[in-house]
Amino acid sequence: MTVKELAQKLELNFLVEADADRQVLSGYCGDLLSWVMSRAKEGDCWFTVMGNINCVAVAVLGDCACIVLCENAVLDDDARLRAEQQGVNILQSEENSFNLSVKLGKLL
Amino acid sequence: MSLYTLHYDVPGDDFTRAGEASGDVKAQLKKLGFDPGTVRNVVIALYEAEINMVIHAGGGVIDVEVEPDSITMVLTDHGPGIPDIELAMTEGYSTAPDNVRSLGFGAGMGLPNIKKYTDEMVIDSTVGVGTVMKLRVNIKE
Repeated sequence: MTVKELAQKLELNFLVEADADRQVLSGYCGDLLSWVMSRAKEGDCWFTVMGNINCVAVAVLGDCACIVLCENAVLDDDARLRAEQQGVNILQSEENSFNLSVKLGKLL
Repeated sequence: MSLYTLHYDVPGDDFTRAGEASGDVKAQLKKLGFDPGTVRNVVIALYEAEINMVIHAGGGVIDVEVEPDSITMVLTDHGPGIPDIELAMTEGYSTAPDNVRSLGFGAGMGLPNIKKYTDEMVIDSTVGVGTVMKLRVNIKE
């Protein structure tokens, strides 16, 4: 499943559409960056409420397929710019990480 | 014998640039054809160490040496130093200020993560002088 397909099925809004054909292989939930950094896997859809520039760095270094900002968490302007520069998909949903994870689990 | 060396100046207290050095090291190692497992170990350890430099030490310098069988990273700062390294290595222990915690850091995972993802970690720190951290990741066959 691509990030674009994920966006359609989970009704996510693209905030940064950088590589919508990237494959989503699994998912990860977390807001503590060091925790996510050491545990998220390549191709993960990362559910979080952290929308700062450091999240983009973690997604890049961890090779996440996309970041999904849950519960309409805000994306900082500098994070948006960095994501565009570094090709990181960022999406947003009004739902929480639990509900989104359940839905993703059924799709994978 | 070094096959390849990289040098970075890390600015302090600038979270908008934190992770730039780690990101560049990742790109360079991928370009050199290293396996993803080795690259992952290097960048997780280096990112944590780079962030620590920004949070606690007002920045510093990073030198990376790629050798035939390992990648060595030396991070040097002139920050306040680490008074109790053993305590600092304890998972969950953190001295990060609230503004840093609000960014998602300060969980006390940094140094334990670095140890976990490297084959050698040596910290030489003097209070009031600074810290030198030497990290080595062996290249997987």
